[in-house]
Amino acid sequence: MDRRHFLFGIGALSAVIAARPALADASSRRILVVVELKGGNDGLNTVVPYADPLYRQYRPGIGVARDRVLQLDEHVGLHDKLAPLMESWKARDFAIVQGVGYPYPNRSHFRSIEIWDTASASSQTLSEGWVSHAFDGVSLPKGAGVDAIVVDTNSLPMMGSGLRTIVMQDAENFLKQAAAMKDAGDPRDDGNPALRHLLEVRHEVNAAAAGLRSQLRDGPAPAYAYGADNGFGRELDLATRLLLARVPVIAIKVALTGFDTHANQVPTQERLLGALADGLATFRKNLIAADLWKEVVVMSYSEFGRRARQNASGGTDHGTAAPQFILGGAIKGGLHGQYPSLADLQDGDLRHTVDFRNVYSTLARGCWGRPVDFGQRPARTLDLFA
Amino acid sequence: MTARLGRRGFVSGAVALPVALTAPSLSRAASAMGFDDARHLLSRTSFGGTPAEIQALEPLDFTAVVDRMLSRSRTLASAPAPGWVDEAPSFVRQQREAAARKEADGKPVNVVAQLIREQGRELRCWWVEEMLVTDQPLVEKMTLFWHNHFTSSVQKVRYVPSLYRQNVLFRREALGNFATLLKAVARDPAMLIYLDGVRNVARQPNENFARELLELFTLGEGHYSEADIKNAARAFTGWSIDRDTGQFLDRMQQHDNGEKTFLGQTGAFNGDDIIAILLRQPRTAETIVEKLWREFVSLTPDRAEIGRLAGIFRSSNYEMKPLLRAMFLSPAFRDPGNRGALIKSPVELIVGTAHLLGLPVPEKTPLVRMMAGLGQSLFDPPNVKGWPGGESWITTNTLLLRQQFLRRMIEASTVSSLDGNMAMAPNRRAERRQQVGPDQAMANMRPVEGRSLRDAGYEARLGPTLLGVDTGRLVRTLLPHKPIDAVDTTGLSAGAVVAAALLDPAYQLK
Repeated sequence: MDRRHFLFGIGALSAVIAARPALADASSRRILVVVELKGGNDGLNTVVPYADPLYRQYRPGIGVARDRVLQLDEHVGLHDKLAPLMESWKARDFAIVQGVGYPYPNRSHFRSIEIWDTASASSQTLSEGWVSHAFDGVSLPKGAGVDAIVVDTNSLPMMGSGLRTIVMQDAENFLKQAAAMKDAGDPRDDGNPALRHLLEVRHEVNAAAAGLRSQLRDGPAPAYAYGADNGFGRELDLATRLLLARVPVIAIKVALTGFDTHANQVPTQERLLGALADGLATFRKNLIAADLWKEVVVMSYSEFGRRARQNASGGTDHGTAAPQFILGGAIKGGLHGQYPSLADLQDGDLRHTVDFRNVYSTLARGCWGRPVDFGQRPARTLDLFA
Repeated sequence: MTARLGRRGFVSGAVALPVALTAPSLSRAASAMGFDDARHLLSRTSFGGTPAEIQALEPLDFTAVVDRMLSRSRTLASAPAPGWVDEAPSFVRQQREAAARKEADGKPVNVVAQLIREQGRELRCWWVEEMLVTDQPLVEKMTLFWHNHFTSSVQKVRYVPSLYRQNVLFRREALGNFATLLKAVARDPAMLIYLDGVRNVARQPNENFARELLELFTLGEGHYSEADIKNAARAFTGWSIDRDTGQFLDRMQQHDNGEKTFLGQTGAFNGDDIIAILLRQPRTAETIVEKLWREFVSLTPDRAEIGRLAGIFRSSNYEMKPLLRAMFLSPAFRDPGNRGALIKSPVELIVGTAHLLGLPVPEKTPLVRMMAGLGQSLFDPPNVKGWPGGESWITTNTLLLRQQFLRRMIEASTVSSLDGNMAMAPNRRAERRQQVGPDQAMANMRPVEGRSLRDAGYEARLGPTLLGVDTGRLVRTLLPHKPIDAVDTTGLSAGAVVAAALLDPAYQLK
């Protein structure tokens, strides 16, 4: 065996070893794939309350026509651009949590996404992300040297001292950049806290790169290709490769951008819903093919839904509650929670029926076995896991 | 560099002579600050010194240089302002109406959002240019300090000319008077929009400004009650903006004339009365001094020194110069243990690197984009608290982006724009565009974003600022700390030594 083969063998072996802890307790350990819908997705035109006459009244121009609604029950249905997800719906591994929001909703993109990402109350500013918070006080196995991978740019849900989080839009580029920034053994920080922090972060990057390099090199390609025409497909492709390579992370985050539809909403939202459904349906097929679908949970979220009434520009302005999609082989499909009443608006906005922090605590428990209530006392658990 | 010392250049002869040979002027020679203090003073009070700038200070007395630096103060920017800074709000309204008409025609164009985006970009480019060309970098650093203290964001303000005027105010008082600045900020149109002063009326007080005035701008959390906030908000009712001119307007009929109790005092206070009471509180000076300490000295405030400096600040009626003089002359500022103890902000890293390398920057947009990518988009702080700074500047993501930026700068001989689109994290599509993008002339120019970075970053092309300086001195100029990644410099070209130093972790420190 020449040196090159020998090294190759070691790499493959370490990948298998590193993957073990995640697989060994697969029943209690699932990887959460967070899908951020940036800009505030219009929930009313995603999960459509088609049977409610008020819906037509509020949205005379942009309402989804009855014959374009995929009926889920006698009240609501999906926009037909979401048709690729019907296979998952029929297989009962696609849950829709209706009316998710929080009290005293904030309508600023920046503030509201911060509230969602840190699981804070409306009036509270927290700096730690909710995924990171779920692991406070827990020491995680070293694994690949990384606990969470953010494939888009907003890493706030995973930020905090608890998690080693890497932001990486392009694995090849990340590994290249990291290779250009080598660790130099154990350099002294001379008691300078700023320098110590720098060296710790650099070590984190290098540890992650070392783990990922060996694992991604030998990881299989996804069985089904993603549409190449949008960034979302590319992000899901990388997420899939990380999962197929069995990189032992807690969470992966991707994002689909452009939902801030103040004007001429219909074509924009239809394109985005189509991309979302195509991407997630392909993702599901890939993980089923790799026998990993039971080990993964997908959660969509957006900073807010939109106002009940359309505006004068054929669009919708910033609103409040909206549905969340939860998918996975271990998920109990169907409609969860209650659709907000169109007859009981607050300042023209939907009143939330489910607090997002209860969704988070349900997922923290179901994915990672972490009992966290995110300040909701008593914490209400949703019946999301089969 | 004599420009930095002003026209008089009081020891211009001594610069050229070795210090040991200037025996007759022993008093001067004995107090020569030397390389390390000169480098440190420049790294904290400017965007970093070039070898020539450091050399010019070395033989001089530290106190004399600090006094000289503070004796001048530029109150107006030298870079020409964007053309629209005097536009009234009515212009923005016209744009909005024009947009609405277009939408009615079935062609939705969000003209207002586009306008705000473009004006925001131009405003950032203008300020970055001023940082690059100014002869008084301390004024720009203090202008940025006030921007991060009295935050306002284009995301909310949306009337961009008001943010320009706020910046003009911050520059005017950069080394001026804090009490004057605080009173002006309370009437500043951008601030009145950002913290909802315009909605603060007797009938329905809005507490946003009053809360931040107490919590962030003056006393700090824990030094006031909720009732103090409510009463302060009432005192500021009526302070608003003229919708036609965009200027401050005191709407008397919206003012709550009733009695208010604030921090134990009672009276029919208005906003100026509240500010006067706040300026009499010792905490106000301490809040500002603590923040300046983190900006100029170290991340760990020294309680006794904060108290001493706050005393100086108050006894000089909140003049900035005596305070900064005392801070720069404090033992802690010059303590070798505090050299390299602060992390450069994205603005400092980016402006400082362009300055140090002496790169021509005909187009500022790539630098502005890089600042945003590294987490510091000017005129758009993350929230009312501003950029938290310190260690939070460095995450796994921003550290890699910083290194990527530095490799681009090492490759660059100019910062210009190919197609106005600098990919932050180049993906394959971006690389392909770069390969077909530059024509022959541009390829020779090597703009920052002009080429694939596959093998970039091993050797810097040295411009006039660094040419002819020996390698040991280059490393000491670039780094506040000995290199973390020991590089054997023997046999390396000066360009390669500069490249290695720029990519060393110690380069992130100031």
